[in-house]
Amino acid sequence: MSEDTVSIDSARADADDHGHVAVAVTTLDAELIEGPSLATPDVAEYALWLGDDALVLAQQLGAWISRAPELEEDVALGNVALDLIGHARSLLHYAGTATNRTEDDLAYWRTEPDFRSLHIVEQPNGDFAHTIARQFVVSHYVFELYSRLRASADQTLAAIAAKAVKEVDYHRDHATQWMLRLAQGTDESRRRMITALSDLWPYVDEIFRDEPLIDRLEGIAVRPSSLRPAFDAAIAPVFAEAEVELPNGFVASGGGRIGKHSEHLAFLLAEMQVLTRAHPGASW
Amino acid sequence: MTTPGDSASEIWPLWEVFVRSNRGLSHVHVGSLHAPDETLAVRNARDLYTRRGEGVSVWVVPAAAITTSDPDAKGAFFESSAGKNYRHASYYSKSEGVKHL
Repeated sequence: MSEDTVSIDSARADADDHGHVAVAVTTLDAELIEGPSLATPDVAEYALWLGDDALVLAQQLGAWISRAPELEEDVALGNVALDLIGHARSLLHYAGTATNRTEDDLAYWRTEPDFRSLHIVEQPNGDFAHTIARQFVVSHYVFELYSRLRASADQTLAAIAAKAVKEVDYHRDHATQWMLRLAQGTDESRRRMITALSDLWPYVDEIFRDEPLIDRLEGIAVRPSSLRPAFDAAIAPVFAEAEVELPNGFVASGGGRIGKHSEHLAFLLAEMQVLTRAHPGASW
Repeated sequence: MTTPGDSASEIWPLWEVFVRSNRGLSHVHVGSLHAPDETLAVRNARDLYTRRGEGVSVWVVPAAAITTSDPDAKGAFFESSAGKNYRHASYYSKSEGVKHL
């Protein structure tokens, strides 16, 4: 790809309001700017946790575009991905205020040991059932998390959570609807759904582990372990309706919050970052 | 005339989507989509047709449940009003403040 193809074409960008996407500019909503604008190093680290989860998952879901079982589902997964990109932008923008870095610096110029995302979000898309199982777990967890983060003493985090929680509520519903249909559809769809859940379940434990960072952010962060009962209570009726047993296998070692990742993340980041690294500073 | 989704090879039936853009206005047909059932049809409609703030309410109707006029009978159905302007209320003056006539 030549430099020309990624240069700014202002005439085209201004041509209509439908296709114009100003990805180069970070504009947080007014309510996100009014609070304390600079994150402390600990708050920034916590914002990285949540922002990286959203960013990695969004990148994963983007890979479904043109590959989903139906055109309508292409759009549905794309919409979820776009919501997550929005959450990632707000969170990474805020995280970057601690070290004077932009959201793009954080998204495109860190390598995998610097990423703080959970192992579950870097698990491969697999078949549609695996993606739905991953969405089901993550969106139920994030919904419980953002619901509580709305009351954070950090006003910026609280504002981001308040805005995002409504979208995550829909993601949760989308995944639940599909889990029920796959589990209760054909023999083949049920087999795949059960396989996907048992493949993903080892990575559920890591989500609810408390790291030392959480002790330093009392009243600001939500303690992951405190979310487990609400998570379990929310998913139980879905498993019951789907007539699927809760998976009960081994527990993966995790370590995503301290930058220890599986081999999957590096490939995902390579694809996500290649263009920016080939053309530093390019915008389009 | 066959409806997409009716044959066994097409699993997901067709739905027609109606969106109300504002309180007080009617639901307007915006397009169609495929979905396996009514619950997912509403969700697909939300994803396909309301993502840029177009709506406050969505209806989905199975396309098979809609009875249409026969395109071949256009003449018999619609042509008789043409050329008979006494059928139109165009000679009345409109009252002030009536916006949607």
